[in-house]
Amino acid sequence: MKAMSARALARAVLTLGLLLWALPGRAMPPVQHWTLANGVRVYFVRAPQLPMVDLRVVFDAGSARDGGHAGLARLTNTLLADGAGDLNADRIATRFDALGAQFGSGASRDMAWVSLRSLSGAGPLGEASGLVARILTAPRFTAADFRRERGRMRVAVKEREQSLGDVAGRAFYRALYRGHPYASPPGGTARSLAALTRTEVRRFHRRYYVGRNAVMAIVGALDRRGAQALAQRVAGALPAGAPAPELPPVRDPAAPHSVEIHRASTQTHVRVGTVGMRRGDSDYFPLYVGNHVLGGSGLVSRLSREIRERRGLSYSVYSYFLPMRRRGPFLMGLQTRNGHTREAVGLLRTELQRFVADGPTDKELRAAKENLIGGFPLRIDSNADIVEYLAMIGFYRLPLDYLQTFPDRVRAVTRTQIRDAFRRRIDPRRLVTVIVGGGASAPESR
Amino acid sequence: MPRWALPILLLLFAPAVAAGPVHEYRLDNGLRVLVKEDHRAPVVVSQVWYKVGSGDEHGGITGISHALEHMMFQGTAKHPAGEFSRIVAANGGRENAFTGRDYTAYFQLLAKDRLPVSFELESDRMRNLSLKEADFRKEIRVVMEERRLRTEDNPQALTYERFNAAAFVSSPYHHPVIGWMDDLRNLKVGDLRAWYRRWYAPDNATLVVVGDVDPQAVVRLAKRWFGPLPAGRPVHSKPRRELGPRGLRRVTVRAPAELPYLLMGYQVPVLRTVRDVREAYALEVLAGILDGGSGARLASRLVRGEQVAASASAGYDLYARRTDLFLLNATPARGHGVAELERALRREVRRLREQPVTAAELERVKAQVVARRVFEQDSVFYQAMQLGRVVTAGLDPRVLDEYVDRIRAVTPARIQAVARRYLIPERLTIAVLDPLPVQGRPPRTAPVHGAGALR
Repeated sequence: MKAMSARALARAVLTLGLLLWALPGRAMPPVQHWTLANGVRVYFVRAPQLPMVDLRVVFDAGSARDGGHAGLARLTNTLLADGAGDLNADRIATRFDALGAQFGSGASRDMAWVSLRSLSGAGPLGEASGLVARILTAPRFTAADFRRERGRMRVAVKEREQSLGDVAGRAFYRALYRGHPYASPPGGTARSLAALTRTEVRRFHRRYYVGRNAVMAIVGALDRRGAQALAQRVAGALPAGAPAPELPPVRDPAAPHSVEIHRASTQTHVRVGTVGMRRGDSDYFPLYVGNHVLGGSGLVSRLSREIRERRGLSYSVYSYFLPMRRRGPFLMGLQTRNGHTREAVGLLRTELQRFVADGPTDKELRAAKENLIGGFPLRIDSNADIVEYLAMIGFYRLPLDYLQTFPDRVRAVTRTQIRDAFRRRIDPRRLVTVIVGGGASAPESR
Repeated sequence: MPRWALPILLLLFAPAVAAGPVHEYRLDNGLRVLVKEDHRAPVVVSQVWYKVGSGDEHGGITGISHALEHMMFQGTAKHPAGEFSRIVAANGGRENAFTGRDYTAYFQLLAKDRLPVSFELESDRMRNLSLKEADFRKEIRVVMEERRLRTEDNPQALTYERFNAAAFVSSPYHHPVIGWMDDLRNLKVGDLRAWYRRWYAPDNATLVVVGDVDPQAVVRLAKRWFGPLPAGRPVHSKPRRELGPRGLRRVTVRAPAELPYLLMGYQVPVLRTVRDVREAYALEVLAGILDGGSGARLASRLVRGEQVAASASAGYDLYARRTDLFLLNATPARGHGVAELERALRREVRRLREQPVTAAELERVKAQVVARRVFEQDSVFYQAMQLGRVVTAGLDPRVLDEYVDRIRAVTPARIQAVARRYLIPERLTIAVLDPLPVQGRPPRTAPVHGAGALR
């Protein structure tokens, strides 16, 4: 069978596709936004196709608020569902289970959240959302629950210690953010956890789980009135409180810095990077699209081509910016067998230098845009995706049309903007390098 | 094992797909085509499932199915190495592949009008893969890095590997999907060529498409691209059934680790191998009784109640192709040992044998199954994945539609009966991770290449 060459096919379909995407029509329904009397900012997208609702309540109560007590934010978050009002952990858990509802929670550096996925019928949704409200407003924080969950977090610290990638990640944040709240590991350390008290947990909850420090995202089969009632039911009873204070600004590393941690392993994990950007950063799109070329697009990225596809040095090699409230990291990572560590680190640095000096080629930039713009519908093809985007938009106060304008913002990025942004923001002479595993030079003193 | 990036959760023992109709066709060359419409978003997922996995491998070439999966991205005459991924990316697509015990599968997620891109590329590499020596020499190094990442330096994965090797004696589930390191070192590109010729043909594959598509149009497109491919020679797998159980087996794995870890597996039938399918669904519910939600027994009794476990889970793969294990795994809480943890888990199992589960517990499991059936429809990928899995395991896709009713029909008596029949010491294998210091000593000389797996 005679076939159009794939390149020609790709081009033909692509031209057509870009035209279609330029037209309005199948776009995501608009984001609706309102604020509860106690200050909770609510973001809602109606999704009537499936009889279900996704809900996410996000607080500025991540580990950046640990205040020297590493692990406090996560422990507080974990304990929420372990007892609320007159219900203990078992009662709460079995009620969610009996409704078929899925409750979740977590805490990273910027945020702490709880999430609920429920059938949208008035019965299950009403009861499940009532449970979430109790969990947020009336957690018990009993001594027994506190001791048990703190103990489990200490086990989790050890479990992460078994993962070279986790060890490398923590060492990277510690080295990059010296003295800044972002340096603190969200899961805490053996020592910091041992020192935590129940009083600190109570105080943390009272201070940060408040209306003016909260954002709620809702996606599902509700109309506006239904969503308003749901938001009020879940978070209307939170005290207004006050927003968390500004985090201190992040300083750039003054000099290059290397950390080596020896482990009995066959591979060595490498992280190389520096301070990156904020959410809502004016350089966001040039840096994001540029990184897509460098190491953000899987196998077709430069780092993957050079290190995996040409040399077979690593299974997974990548780079990314993690935009946060304050400037999050830019980092490159890989793992390679012990004897090839120096070669791999050298390649990461060389590729970064080259990219900062020259930026992407026209062809690379075109390919990155084709991928990002053409793949845009995939980003918002599920309620699970949309609710996360809404929470992010609300938490970082991004424009409500952030998703709708995303393709156009990507399309507008130029080579010059990328090169300029990388040159201003990424200094390859002042990188933090972390090497963990059998290829590291000396044992770490622990 | 996905081919790159972080692991996709292989959705083991996660049941049931949505109720929408599945359109099924078979092309003249034997290719099976399953199409399901989902018009919520203008996207489509396209997956090609080959009925070959590590469960089809024999000793000496373990890991060959997964290595071949990697090589499927190294080009054909028409699309040289790297071109495949570039074309998918240029069309805004996401792609990857994964290999399991029973299958090797490839997928693209695309805007709906790009489906032809997937079909052109997949049909080309179904029969025309280049498999060049130089590409293979490079790619097998990547596979060995993947093995180091996932297994060699991961004490729980190492334990799991030895556990399977002890639990399965005559079944090919004995060896790991990624293969033994020594077999990877000794694989030759010629081995892969033979493996490719043997298994990669339209009559050993299923094309699954879920998304904003018209089934008739998808079939026309499939005929256009896959129709001209010649059928392969029929392949027959030997049954390689697992030996009957002959008593408890124990394995200790010593590896650098911070924590001990416990794995227990009871030899059990699966939907495809069981005589009375009601038993398989009872085992599925039993897994839910133990680990379906935070209110289930393992969390409420062992983690929160006795506080002997820091974490504990249970699992059962209803849709495996061969007789499998009912799995329990756990990490002890601070101040508790694995022996105590084992006693606690076995006490829970004994309780299932001795007492019927309560009506309330059973209702909770069923409520979750019903709700999950709705939630699953939020993901086109998941829906396609379920279809591909059951069909490739040799099951009728209608088992997915039956799922909720089958679960609803499970009774406490049936659960107790399967616990009594299968969750018995006779069928049990236990593996324990015994931690060694993780810091080790810095190497005195440069490490020898290829000796990395030695400890």
